[in-house]
Amino acid sequence: MDQAKEQSPSHRPPFQWPAEGNARVPYRVFCDQEIYREELTRIFLGPTWQFLTLANELPTPGDYLTTFVGETPVIVTRGHDGQIRAMQNRCAHRGNLVCLKRRGHTDDLTCVYHAWRYDLEGNLKSVAFRRGVAGRGGMPDSFRLDQHGLKKLRVAAFGDLVFGTFSPDAPPLSDYIGNLIGSRIHRVLRRKPKVLGTTSQILHNNWKLYFENVRDTYHATLLHTFFTTFRLSRLTSEGGVDIAESGAHHASYTRNKVDRVDAASSDKIYAGISSLNENFRLADPSFLTSVEEFGDDTTTQILSLFPNFVLQQIQNCIALRLVLPKGPDKTELQWTYIGFEEDDTEMTALRLAQANLVGPAGYVSMEDGAVGNFIQRAIHGSEEDCSVLEMGGFEHSSEPNRTTEASVRGFWQVYRPLMGF
Amino acid sequence: MDVDEIVRRWELDQLFTDYVHCLDANELERWPDLFTEECFYRITSAENYEAGRPLGLIYATSRNMLRDRVSALREANIYEPQRYRHLVSSINIVGNAANVTGPLDVVANFLVVRTMQDGEMTIFGAGRYVDRVTHDAGRWKFASKTVVLDSRQIDTLLAIPI
Repeated sequence: MDQAKEQSPSHRPPFQWPAEGNARVPYRVFCDQEIYREELTRIFLGPTWQFLTLANELPTPGDYLTTFVGETPVIVTRGHDGQIRAMQNRCAHRGNLVCLKRRGHTDDLTCVYHAWRYDLEGNLKSVAFRRGVAGRGGMPDSFRLDQHGLKKLRVAAFGDLVFGTFSPDAPPLSDYIGNLIGSRIHRVLRRKPKVLGTTSQILHNNWKLYFENVRDTYHATLLHTFFTTFRLSRLTSEGGVDIAESGAHHASYTRNKVDRVDAASSDKIYAGISSLNENFRLADPSFLTSVEEFGDDTTTQILSLFPNFVLQQIQNCIALRLVLPKGPDKTELQWTYIGFEEDDTEMTALRLAQANLVGPAGYVSMEDGAVGNFIQRAIHGSEEDCSVLEMGGFEHSSEPNRTTEASVRGFWQVYRPLMGF
Repeated sequence: MDVDEIVRRWELDQLFTDYVHCLDANELERWPDLFTEECFYRITSAENYEAGRPLGLIYATSRNMLRDRVSALREANIYEPQRYRHLVSSINIVGNAANVTGPLDVVANFLVVRTMQDGEMTIFGAGRYVDRVTHDAGRWKFASKTVVLDSRQIDTLLAIPI
Protein backbone atom coordinates (compact mmCIF):
# COMPACT_ATOMS: atom_id res chain seq x y z
CA MET A 1 0.00 0.00 0.00
CA ASP A 2 1.04 3.58 -0.56
CA GLN A 3 1.47 4.32 3.11
CA ALA A 4 3.79 7.25 2.76
CA LYS A 5 1.31 9.05 0.55
CA GLU A 6 -1.55 8.44 2.96
CA GLN A 7 0.39 9.76 5.92
CA SER A 8 1.66 12.88 4.30
CA PRO A 9 -0.73 15.73 3.66
CA SER A 10 1.79 17.36 1.36
CA HIS A 11 0.40 15.70 -1.77
CA ARG A 12 -2.80 17.72 -1.38
CA PRO A 13 -3.09 20.92 -3.35
CA PRO A 14 -2.55 24.00 -1.18
CA PHE A 15 -5.78 25.47 0.07
CA GLN A 16 -7.01 28.39 -1.93
CA TRP A 17 -10.40 30.04 -1.84
CA PRO A 18 -12.06 30.07 -5.28
CA ALA A 19 -11.99 33.27 -7.35
CA GLU A 20 -15.81 33.56 -7.12
CA GLY A 21 -15.35 34.64 -3.48
CA ASN A 22 -18.28 34.16 -1.11
CA ALA A 23 -20.40 32.62 -3.85
CA ARG A 24 -18.33 29.42 -3.58
CA VAL A 25 -17.47 27.39 -0.48
CA PRO A 26 -14.90 24.60 -0.80
CA TYR A 27 -16.25 21.43 0.83
CA ARG A 28 -12.85 20.95 2.40
CA VAL A 29 -13.70 23.52 5.09
CA PHE A 30 -16.39 21.15 6.38
CA CYS A 31 -14.17 18.06 6.72
CA ASP A 32 -10.56 19.07 7.22
CA GLN A 33 -9.05 18.37 10.66
CA GLU A 34 -6.38 21.05 10.27
CA ILE A 35 -8.89 23.72 9.26
CA TYR A 36 -11.06 22.70 12.19
CA ARG A 37 -8.17 23.10 14.64
CA GLU A 38 -7.39 26.51 13.17
CA GLU A 39 -11.02 27.56 13.60
CA LEU A 40 -10.94 26.73 17.31
CA THR A 41 -8.01 29.12 17.70
CA ARG A 42 -8.71 31.84 15.15
CA ILE A 43 -12.50 32.04 15.46
CA PHE A 44 -13.67 30.66 18.79
CA LEU A 45 -10.66 31.88 20.81
CA GLY A 46 -10.22 34.79 18.41
CA PRO A 47 -11.78 38.28 18.31
CA THR A 48 -15.40 37.09 18.47
CA TRP A 49 -17.96 37.19 21.28
CA GLN A 50 -19.31 33.84 22.44
CA PHE A 51 -22.68 33.41 24.10
CA LEU A 52 -22.23 32.06 27.63
CA THR A 53 -25.61 32.14 29.37
CA LEU A 54 -28.75 34.06 30.19
CA ALA A 55 -28.05 36.23 33.23
CA ASN A 56 -30.98 34.77 35.14
CA GLU A 57 -29.53 31.26 34.89
CA LEU A 58 -27.23 32.49 37.69
CA PRO A 59 -29.72 34.22 40.01
CA THR A 60 -27.72 34.13 43.27
CA PRO A 61 -24.13 35.06 44.20
CA GLY A 62 -22.17 31.82 44.33
CA ASP A 63 -24.11 30.23 41.44
CA TYR A 64 -21.98 28.82 38.65
CA LEU A 65 -22.41 26.87 35.45
CA THR A 66 -20.00 25.35 32.97
CA THR A 67 -20.07 25.72 29.22
CA PHE A 68 -17.70 25.93 26.27
CA VAL A 69 -16.05 28.55 24.11
CA GLY A 70 -15.42 26.47 21.05
CA GLU A 71 -14.11 23.31 22.66
CA THR A 72 -12.50 25.16 25.55
CA PRO A 73 -14.32 24.51 28.83
CA VAL A 74 -15.25 27.60 30.82
CA ILE A 75 -16.87 28.37 34.16
CA VAL A 76 -19.37 31.20 34.46
CA THR A 77 -19.93 32.49 38.00
CA ARG A 78 -21.95 35.11 39.79
CA GLY A 79 -19.56 36.57 42.34
CA HIS A 80 -20.33 37.71 45.86
CA ASP A 81 -20.49 41.24 44.42
CA GLY A 82 -23.27 40.15 42.02
CA GLN A 83 -21.05 40.39 38.92
CA ILE A 84 -21.04 37.65 36.31
CA ARG A 85 -17.55 36.50 35.32
CA ALA A 86 -16.08 33.72 33.25
CA MET A 87 -12.82 31.83 33.39
CA GLN A 88 -11.26 28.81 31.82
CA ASN A 89 -12.28 25.56 33.51
CA ARG A 90 -8.72 24.30 33.77
CA CYS A 91 -6.68 24.31 36.94
CA ALA A 92 -3.54 26.45 36.66
CA HIS A 93 -1.60 23.68 38.40
CA ARG A 94 -1.87 20.49 36.33
CA GLY A 95 -4.70 21.23 33.96
CA ASN A 96 -7.54 19.41 35.71
CA LEU A 97 -11.19 20.43 35.31
CA VAL A 98 -11.97 22.66 38.27
CA CYS A 99 -15.78 22.40 38.05
CA LEU A 100 -17.09 18.96 37.24
CA LYS A 101 -20.83 19.66 37.41
CA ARG A 102 -22.86 21.45 34.76
CA ARG A 103 -24.15 23.85 37.38
CA GLY A 104 -24.08 24.41 41.10
CA HIS A 105 -23.58 26.81 43.96
CA THR A 106 -20.30 27.34 45.80
CA ASP A 107 -18.30 29.78 47.89
CA ASP A 108 -15.10 29.13 45.99
CA LEU A 109 -13.71 26.95 43.21
CA THR A 110 -11.50 24.16 44.49
CA CYS A 111 -9.76 21.70 42.23
CA VAL A 112 -10.38 18.11 43.39
CA TYR A 113 -6.92 16.92 42.32
CA HIS A 114 -4.62 18.88 44.68
CA ALA A 115 -7.10 21.25 46.36
CA TRP A 116 -5.90 24.45 44.73
CA ARG A 117 -8.56 26.94 45.66
CA TYR A 118 -9.75 29.89 43.58
CA ASP A 119 -12.29 32.60 44.34
CA LEU A 120 -15.33 33.16 42.10
CA GLU A 121 -13.27 35.54 39.97
CA GLY A 122 -10.68 32.86 39.26
CA ASN A 123 -7.93 34.25 41.51
CA LEU A 124 -5.82 31.59 43.22
CA LYS A 125 -6.36 31.94 46.97
CA SER A 126 -4.55 28.95 48.45
CA VAL A 127 -2.48 25.90 47.58
CA ALA A 128 -2.66 22.78 49.75
CA PHE A 129 0.55 22.13 51.74
CA ARG A 130 2.07 25.30 50.31
CA ARG A 131 4.51 25.49 53.28
CA GLY A 132 5.05 21.71 53.24
CA VAL A 133 4.40 19.28 56.08
CA ALA A 134 6.47 19.28 59.25
CA GLY A 135 9.03 21.54 57.68
CA ARG A 136 9.57 19.41 54.59
CA GLY A 137 8.35 19.84 51.03
CA GLY A 138 6.12 22.71 50.02
CA MET A 139 6.27 25.29 47.28
CA PRO A 140 9.45 27.32 46.76
CA ASP A 141 9.42 30.83 48.22
CA SER A 142 9.35 32.21 44.71
CA PHE A 143 5.86 30.78 44.11
CA ARG A 144 3.32 33.60 43.87
CA LEU A 145 -0.43 32.93 44.12
CA ASP A 146 -1.24 35.94 41.94
CA GLN A 147 0.70 34.46 39.02
CA HIS A 148 -1.38 31.29 38.88
CA GLY A 149 -5.02 32.21 38.56
CA LEU A 150 -7.53 30.70 36.16
CA LYS A 151 -7.38 32.25 32.72
CA LYS A 152 -10.08 34.94 32.60
CA LEU A 153 -12.45 35.90 29.81
CA ARG A 154 -13.75 39.36 29.08
CA VAL A 155 -17.46 39.28 29.87
CA ALA A 156 -20.17 41.65 28.63
CA ALA A 157 -23.95 41.56 28.61
CA PHE A 158 -26.42 42.59 25.92
CA GLY A 159 -29.65 42.83 27.90
CA ASP A 160 -29.96 39.44 29.59
CA LEU A 161 -27.62 37.72 27.14
CA VAL A 162 -24.14 37.25 28.60
CA PHE A 163 -21.20 36.87 26.24
CA GLY A 164 -17.50 36.24 26.77
CA THR A 165 -14.30 36.33 24.79
CA PHE A 166 -10.71 35.24 25.41
CA SER A 167 -9.49 37.85 22.96
CA PRO A 168 -8.33 41.35 23.91
CA ASP A 169 -8.94 42.31 20.27
CA ALA A 170 -12.71 41.79 20.16
CA PRO A 171 -14.43 45.18 19.91
CA PRO A 172 -16.86 46.19 22.69
CA LEU A 173 -19.88 43.85 22.58
CA SER A 174 -22.40 46.52 21.57
CA ASP A 175 -20.14 47.57 18.67
CA TYR A 176 -19.65 43.92 17.74
CA ILE A 177 -23.42 43.36 17.50
CA GLY A 178 -24.23 46.77 16.05
CA ASN A 179 -27.48 48.71 15.99
CA LEU A 180 -29.19 46.95 13.08
CA ILE A 181 -29.09 43.48 14.64
CA GLY A 182 -29.07 44.79 18.21
CA SER A 183 -32.48 46.37 17.70
CA ARG A 184 -33.75 43.02 16.39
CA ILE A 185 -32.54 41.34 19.60
CA HIS A 186 -34.25 44.02 21.72
CA ARG A 187 -37.42 43.56 19.70
CA VAL A 188 -37.77 40.01 21.08
CA LEU A 189 -36.02 40.32 24.46
CA ARG A 190 -37.61 43.47 25.85
CA ARG A 191 -38.89 41.69 28.94
CA LYS A 192 -37.32 39.51 31.64
CA PRO A 193 -36.88 36.02 30.19
CA LYS A 194 -37.98 32.90 32.00
CA VAL A 195 -36.47 29.55 30.95
CA LEU A 196 -39.10 26.95 30.05
CA GLY A 197 -36.58 24.18 29.47
CA THR A 198 -33.47 23.14 27.60
CA THR A 199 -32.42 20.36 25.28
CA SER A 200 -29.43 19.43 23.24
CA GLN A 201 -29.03 17.81 19.86
CA ILE A 202 -25.96 15.97 18.63
CA LEU A 203 -25.55 16.72 14.93
CA HIS A 204 -23.20 14.56 12.90
CA ASN A 205 -21.97 17.38 10.75
CA ASN A 206 -19.58 20.31 10.77
CA TRP A 207 -20.77 23.27 12.86
CA LYS A 208 -20.73 25.60 9.85
CA LEU A 209 -23.23 23.45 7.96
CA TYR A 210 -25.73 24.07 10.73
CA PHE A 211 -24.90 27.76 10.87
CA GLU A 212 -25.29 28.11 7.11
CA ASN A 213 -28.68 26.43 7.46
CA VAL A 214 -29.78 28.96 10.09
CA ARG A 215 -28.78 31.85 7.83
CA ASP A 216 -30.22 30.32 4.69
CA THR A 217 -33.50 32.14 4.04
CA TYR A 218 -33.95 30.30 0.75
CA HIS A 219 -34.41 26.77 2.14
CA ALA A 220 -36.99 27.19 4.88
CA THR A 221 -40.17 27.07 2.84
CA LEU A 222 -38.79 24.41 0.50
CA LEU A 223 -37.46 21.87 3.01
CA HIS A 224 -40.06 22.40 5.74
CA THR A 225 -43.50 21.23 4.67
CA PHE A 226 -44.99 22.55 7.86
CA PHE A 227 -44.05 26.16 7.09
CA THR A 228 -45.44 26.12 3.58
CA THR A 229 -48.50 23.94 3.94
CA PHE A 230 -49.83 25.85 6.94
CA ARG A 231 -48.75 29.26 5.60
CA LEU A 232 -46.57 29.89 8.67
CA SER A 233 -43.92 31.21 6.37
CA ARG A 234 -43.77 31.55 2.63
CA LEU A 235 -41.53 33.58 0.42
CA THR A 236 -44.69 35.09 -1.02
CA SER A 237 -45.35 36.79 2.32
CA GLU A 238 -43.71 40.05 3.19
CA GLY A 239 -40.29 39.56 4.68
CA GLY A 240 -36.63 40.13 4.25
CA VAL A 241 -33.23 39.80 5.75
CA ASP A 242 -31.19 42.35 7.70
CA ILE A 243 -27.46 41.75 7.52
CA ALA A 244 -24.81 43.58 9.55
CA GLU A 245 -22.55 45.66 7.33
CA SER A 246 -19.61 43.33 7.99
CA GLY A 247 -21.76 40.33 7.06
CA ALA A 248 -21.25 38.85 10.52
CA HIS A 249 -24.80 38.81 11.87
CA HIS A 250 -28.22 38.44 10.35
CA ALA A 251 -31.93 38.61 11.12
CA SER A 252 -34.47 37.23 8.68
CA TYR A 253 -38.10 38.07 9.21
CA THR A 254 -41.51 37.13 7.90
CA ARG A 255 -44.79 38.97 8.20
CA ASN A 256 -46.97 36.13 7.07
CA LYS A 257 -50.24 38.03 7.46
CA VAL A 258 -49.01 40.50 4.88
CA ASP A 259 -49.10 38.61 1.61
CA ARG A 260 -47.44 40.07 -1.44
CA VAL A 261 -49.70 37.97 -3.61
CA ASP A 262 -53.13 36.45 -2.92
CA ALA A 263 -53.44 32.97 -1.45
CA ALA A 264 -54.28 31.30 -4.76
CA SER A 265 -51.29 32.88 -6.50
CA SER A 266 -49.08 31.85 -3.62
CA ASP A 267 -50.28 28.24 -3.97
CA LYS A 268 -49.55 28.49 -7.69
CA ILE A 269 -45.99 29.66 -7.04
CA TYR A 270 -45.45 26.71 -4.68
CA ALA A 271 -47.27 24.22 -6.95
CA GLY A 272 -45.08 21.25 -7.69
CA ILE A 273 -42.82 21.90 -4.70
CA SER A 274 -43.04 19.03 -2.26
CA SER A 275 -43.30 21.32 0.77
CA LEU A 276 -46.83 22.30 -0.25
CA ASN A 277 -48.83 19.24 0.70
CA GLU A 278 -52.55 19.65 0.08
CA ASN A 279 -53.30 16.26 1.65
CA PHE A 280 -51.85 17.13 5.00
CA ARG A 281 -54.38 18.47 7.48
CA LEU A 282 -54.11 18.80 11.25
CA ALA A 283 -56.77 17.34 13.55
CA ASP A 284 -55.91 19.91 16.22
CA PRO A 285 -54.40 23.04 14.64
CA SER A 286 -55.25 25.24 17.64
CA PHE A 287 -51.61 25.62 18.70
CA LEU A 288 -50.81 27.43 15.46
CA THR A 289 -53.02 30.35 16.44
CA SER A 290 -50.55 32.93 17.64
CA VAL A 291 -50.78 35.91 19.89
CA GLU A 292 -49.44 39.19 18.50
CA GLU A 293 -46.94 40.07 21.22
CA PHE A 294 -44.40 42.28 19.47
CA GLY A 295 -46.77 44.71 17.79
CA ASP A 296 -45.22 44.55 14.33
CA ASP A 297 -46.88 41.57 12.60
CA THR A 298 -43.51 39.82 12.42
CA THR A 299 -44.41 36.18 12.83
CA THR A 300 -40.97 34.67 12.36
CA GLN A 301 -37.57 36.17 13.08
CA ILE A 302 -34.42 34.08 12.91
CA LEU A 303 -31.35 35.97 14.10
CA SER A 304 -27.74 34.85 14.22
CA LEU A 305 -24.60 36.34 15.69
CA PHE A 306 -21.24 35.29 14.30
CA PRO A 307 -19.96 32.72 14.87
CA ASN A 308 -22.45 30.44 16.65
CA PHE A 309 -25.43 32.04 18.42
CA VAL A 310 -29.06 32.04 17.30
CA LEU A 311 -32.13 33.82 18.67
CA GLN A 312 -35.34 32.47 17.22
CA GLN A 313 -38.91 33.71 17.29
CA ILE A 314 -41.29 31.46 15.43
CA GLN A 315 -44.81 32.62 16.24
CA ASN A 316 -44.73 32.73 20.06
CA CYS A 317 -42.01 30.13 20.41
CA ILE A 318 -38.77 31.81 21.45
CA ALA A 319 -35.51 29.95 21.83
CA LEU A 320 -31.79 30.56 22.04
CA ARG A 321 -29.54 28.15 20.20
CA LEU A 322 -25.84 27.70 20.76
CA VAL A 323 -23.83 25.82 18.14
CA LEU A 324 -20.84 24.12 19.78
CA PRO A 325 -18.15 22.47 17.63
CA LYS A 326 -17.20 18.96 18.75
CA GLY A 327 -14.93 17.92 15.90
CA PRO A 328 -14.85 18.43 12.12
CA ASP A 329 -17.99 16.30 11.71
CA LYS A 330 -19.74 16.63 15.07
CA THR A 331 -21.69 19.52 16.58
CA GLU A 332 -23.73 20.00 19.72
CA LEU A 333 -26.76 22.21 19.27
CA GLN A 334 -27.98 23.49 22.63
CA TRP A 335 -31.51 24.86 22.87
CA THR A 336 -32.88 27.12 25.61
CA TYR A 337 -36.61 27.77 25.29
CA ILE A 338 -37.87 30.89 26.99
CA GLY A 339 -40.98 32.80 27.87
CA PHE A 340 -41.17 35.96 29.95
CA GLU A 341 -41.72 36.55 33.66
CA GLU A 342 -45.11 38.15 33.14
CA ASP A 343 -46.50 35.37 30.94
CA ASP A 344 -49.80 34.07 32.30
CA THR A 345 -50.75 30.38 32.30
CA GLU A 346 -52.36 30.62 28.87
CA MET A 347 -49.34 32.27 27.29
CA THR A 348 -47.00 29.67 28.78
CA ALA A 349 -49.29 26.92 27.50
CA LEU A 350 -49.19 28.45 24.01
CA ARG A 351 -45.39 28.68 24.04
CA LEU A 352 -45.12 25.05 25.19
CA ALA A 353 -47.52 23.91 22.47
CA GLN A 354 -45.65 25.90 19.81
CA ALA A 355 -42.37 24.39 21.05
CA ASN A 356 -43.58 21.40 19.02
CA LEU A 357 -42.40 23.38 15.98
CA VAL A 358 -38.71 23.41 16.90
CA GLY A 359 -36.01 21.37 18.59
CA PRO A 360 -34.95 17.79 17.84
CA ALA A 361 -38.57 16.69 17.38
CA GLY A 362 -39.79 19.95 15.86
CA TYR A 363 -42.41 19.85 13.13
CA VAL A 364 -40.35 22.51 11.36
CA SER A 365 -36.80 22.04 12.54
CA MET A 366 -36.55 18.25 12.62
CA GLU A 367 -35.20 18.34 9.07
CA ASP A 368 -32.44 20.78 10.02
CA GLY A 369 -30.99 18.12 12.33
CA ALA A 370 -30.67 15.76 9.40
CA VAL A 371 -29.82 17.89 6.38
CA GLY A 372 -26.35 18.87 7.62
CA ASN A 373 -25.53 15.20 8.04
CA PHE A 374 -26.82 14.47 4.53
CA ILE A 375 -24.33 17.05 3.23
CA GLN A 376 -21.51 15.76 5.43
CA ARG A 377 -22.01 12.28 3.97
CA ALA A 378 -22.37 13.52 0.41
CA ILE A 379 -19.18 15.57 0.29
CA HIS A 380 -16.81 12.69 1.06
CA GLY A 381 -14.32 12.52 -1.77
CA SER A 382 -15.26 16.01 -2.96
CA GLU A 383 -13.00 18.13 -0.84
CA GLU A 384 -11.74 20.06 -3.84
CA ASP A 385 -15.27 20.83 -5.06
CA CYS A 386 -17.43 23.73 -3.92
CA SER A 387 -20.99 24.60 -3.02
CA VAL A 388 -22.68 27.35 -5.03
CA LEU A 389 -24.16 30.40 -3.29
CA GLU A 390 -25.50 32.61 -6.06
CA MET A 391 -29.15 32.98 -5.09
CA GLY A 392 -29.77 36.72 -4.94
CA GLY A 393 -26.44 37.51 -6.56
CA PHE A 394 -23.00 37.88 -5.03
CA GLU A 395 -23.46 40.49 -2.32
CA HIS A 396 -24.02 40.09 1.40
CA SER A 397 -26.17 43.10 2.16
CA SER A 398 -29.69 43.45 3.60
CA GLU A 399 -32.54 42.66 1.24
CA PRO A 400 -36.30 43.18 1.44
CA ASN A 401 -36.86 39.58 0.37
CA ARG A 402 -35.70 36.13 1.41
CA THR A 403 -35.16 34.52 -1.98
CA THR A 404 -31.47 34.99 -1.43
CA GLU A 405 -28.36 33.47 0.10
CA ALA A 406 -26.97 36.89 1.05
CA SER A 407 -26.70 36.13 4.77
CA VAL A 408 -24.89 32.85 4.09
CA ARG A 409 -22.38 34.79 1.98
CA GLY A 410 -22.10 37.28 4.85
CA PHE A 411 -20.90 34.47 7.11
CA TRP A 412 -18.07 33.59 4.72
CA GLN A 413 -17.24 37.26 4.28
CA VAL A 414 -16.28 37.35 7.97
CA TYR A 415 -14.94 33.81 8.22
CA ARG A 416 -12.39 34.05 5.43
CA PRO A 417 -10.19 36.91 6.70
CA LEU A 418 -10.27 35.47 10.24
CA MET A 419 -8.96 32.19 8.82
CA GLY A 420 -6.55 33.82 6.39
CA PHE A 421 -8.48 32.42 3.40
CA MET B 1 -52.63 -10.21 46.39
CA ASP B 2 -56.24 -10.75 45.35
CA VAL B 3 -57.44 -11.79 41.94
CA ASP B 4 -58.61 -8.31 40.96
CA GLU B 5 -55.15 -6.95 41.56
CA ILE B 6 -53.52 -9.74 39.57
CA VAL B 7 -55.92 -9.09 36.69
CA ARG B 8 -55.20 -5.37 36.88
CA ARG B 9 -51.47 -5.97 36.69
CA TRP B 10 -51.98 -8.21 33.69
CA GLU B 11 -54.15 -5.55 31.99
CA LEU B 12 -51.57 -2.83 32.58
CA ASP B 13 -48.89 -5.12 31.22
CA GLN B 14 -51.01 -5.55 28.08
CA LEU B 15 -51.38 -1.77 27.74
CA PHE B 16 -47.62 -1.22 27.82
CA THR B 17 -46.98 -4.19 25.53
CA ASP B 18 -49.45 -2.79 23.03
CA TYR B 19 -47.94 0.69 23.40
CA VAL B 20 -44.40 -0.34 22.48
CA HIS B 21 -45.69 -2.64 19.76
CA CYS B 22 -47.37 0.33 18.02
CA LEU B 23 -44.10 2.26 18.07
CA ASP B 24 -41.70 -0.60 17.27
CA ALA B 25 -43.82 -2.32 14.61
CA ASN B 26 -44.61 0.92 12.77
CA GLU B 27 -48.30 0.80 13.66
CA LEU B 28 -48.19 4.44 14.64
CA GLU B 29 -51.78 5.11 13.60
CA ARG B 30 -52.98 2.94 16.50
CA TRP B 31 -50.72 4.66 19.02
CA PRO B 32 -53.10 7.58 19.84
CA ASP B 33 -55.91 5.10 20.55
CA LEU B 34 -54.10 4.06 23.71
CA PHE B 35 -54.67 7.53 25.15
CA THR B 36 -57.81 9.23 26.43
CA GLU B 37 -59.23 12.05 24.33
CA GLU B 38 -58.08 14.77 26.74
CA CYS B 39 -54.71 13.17 27.34
CA PHE B 40 -51.38 14.77 28.09
CA TYR B 41 -48.16 13.52 26.50
CA ARG B 42 -44.69 14.97 26.93
CA ILE B 43 -41.13 13.90 26.20
CA THR B 44 -38.57 15.67 28.34
CA SER B 45 -35.20 15.18 30.03
CA ALA B 46 -34.56 14.30 33.66
CA GLU B 47 -32.82 17.67 33.90
CA ASN B 48 -35.95 19.61 32.93
CA TYR B 49 -38.21 17.31 34.91
CA GLU B 50 -36.23 17.65 38.12
CA ALA B 51 -35.92 21.43 37.72
CA GLY B 52 -39.69 21.70 37.29
CA ARG B 53 -39.26 23.15 33.80
CA PRO B 54 -42.33 22.37 31.72
CA LEU B 55 -40.78 22.07 28.24
CA GLY B 56 -41.59 19.06 26.10
CA LEU B 57 -39.72 17.96 22.98
CA ILE B 58 -43.07 16.57 21.98
CA TYR B 59 -45.90 18.20 23.88
CA ALA B 60 -49.52 17.22 23.36
CA THR B 61 -52.62 18.19 25.28
CA SER B 62 -55.11 16.12 23.29
CA ARG B 63 -55.34 12.81 21.46
CA ASN B 64 -55.78 14.78 18.24
CA MET B 65 -52.36 16.36 18.75
CA LEU B 66 -50.94 12.82 18.92
CA ARG B 67 -52.74 11.97 15.68
CA ASP B 68 -51.15 15.05 14.12
CA ARG B 69 -47.72 13.85 15.19
CA VAL B 70 -48.33 10.63 13.33
CA SER B 71 -49.69 12.27 10.20
CA ALA B 72 -46.77 14.73 10.17
CA LEU B 73 -44.36 11.78 10.30
CA ARG B 74 -46.23 10.15 7.43
CA GLU B 75 -46.91 13.22 5.27
CA ALA B 76 -44.73 16.15 6.19
CA ASN B 77 -41.47 15.53 8.00
CA ILE B 78 -38.30 14.37 6.29
CA TYR B 79 -36.15 11.85 8.15
CA GLU B 80 -34.27 8.70 7.31
CA PRO B 81 -35.91 5.29 7.64
CA GLN B 82 -35.36 3.98 11.14
CA ARG B 83 -36.87 1.66 13.67
CA TYR B 84 -36.99 1.45 17.45
CA ARG B 85 -36.85 -1.47 19.82
CA HIS B 86 -38.29 -0.65 23.24
CA LEU B 87 -37.55 -2.72 26.32
CA VAL B 88 -39.85 -1.83 29.20
CA SER B 89 -39.42 -2.93 32.82
CA SER B 90 -42.18 -4.25 35.02
CA ILE B 91 -44.68 -1.60 35.98
CA ASN B 92 -44.63 -0.04 39.40
CA ILE B 93 -47.96 1.25 40.71
CA VAL B 94 -46.96 4.24 42.78
CA GLY B 95 -50.18 6.09 43.46
CA ASN B 96 -53.82 5.36 44.15
CA ALA B 97 -53.06 1.62 44.20
CA ALA B 98 -56.14 0.80 46.27
CA ASN B 99 -58.40 1.94 43.44
CA VAL B 100 -58.95 -1.10 41.23
CA THR B 101 -60.43 0.73 38.24
CA GLY B 102 -58.14 3.72 38.45
CA PRO B 103 -56.98 6.29 37.84
CA LEU B 104 -53.58 4.97 38.85
CA ASP B 105 -50.14 6.50 38.88
CA VAL B 106 -47.66 4.09 37.38
CA VAL B 107 -43.96 4.22 36.58
CA ALA B 108 -41.87 1.98 34.34
CA ASN B 109 -38.32 2.09 33.01
CA PHE B 110 -37.54 1.90 29.31
CA LEU B 111 -34.63 1.46 26.96
CA VAL B 112 -34.91 2.34 23.27
CA VAL B 113 -32.45 1.10 20.67
CA ARG B 114 -32.65 2.90 17.31
CA THR B 115 -31.55 1.15 14.13
CA MET B 116 -31.00 3.17 10.97
CA GLN B 117 -31.42 1.91 7.42
CA ASP B 118 -27.67 1.27 7.04
CA GLY B 119 -27.71 -0.89 10.16
CA GLU B 120 -26.19 1.61 12.56
CA MET B 121 -27.57 0.91 16.03
CA THR B 122 -27.50 3.30 18.98
CA ILE B 123 -28.97 3.34 22.44
CA PHE B 124 -31.26 6.19 21.54
CA GLY B 125 -32.79 6.74 24.94
CA ALA B 126 -33.17 5.37 28.44
CA GLY B 127 -35.41 6.67 31.15
CA ARG B 128 -38.78 6.19 32.73
CA TYR B 129 -42.42 6.64 31.97
CA VAL B 130 -44.28 8.63 34.63
CA ASP B 131 -47.88 7.94 33.76
CA ARG B 132 -51.46 8.15 34.85
CA VAL B 133 -53.70 5.41 33.52
CA THR B 134 -57.46 5.30 33.72
CA HIS B 135 -60.33 3.06 32.69
CA ASP B 136 -61.89 4.42 29.51
CA ALA B 137 -64.56 2.60 27.52
CA GLY B 138 -63.81 -0.68 29.25
CA ARG B 139 -60.03 -0.68 28.98
CA TRP B 140 -56.99 0.99 30.45
CA LYS B 141 -55.70 4.04 28.66
CA PHE B 142 -53.07 6.67 29.28
CA ALA B 143 -54.59 9.86 30.64
CA SER B 144 -51.10 11.26 30.99
CA LYS B 145 -47.71 10.03 29.90
CA THR B 146 -44.47 11.84 30.66
CA VAL B 147 -41.41 10.33 29.02
CA VAL B 148 -38.43 11.32 31.18
CA LEU B 149 -35.19 10.72 29.31
CA ASP B 150 -32.09 10.29 31.47
CA SER B 151 -29.99 12.20 28.94
CA ARG B 152 -30.43 15.75 27.78
CA GLN B 153 -28.92 14.89 24.40
CA ILE B 154 -30.85 13.65 21.41
CA ASP B 155 -28.87 12.07 18.61
CA THR B 156 -29.66 13.90 15.32
CA LEU B 157 -33.44 14.06 15.69
CA LEU B 158 -36.42 12.56 17.44
CA ALA B 159 -39.02 11.46 14.91
CA ILE B 160 -40.89 8.42 16.22
CA PRO B 161 -42.35 8.98 19.69
CA ILE B 162 -40.91 7.09 22.67
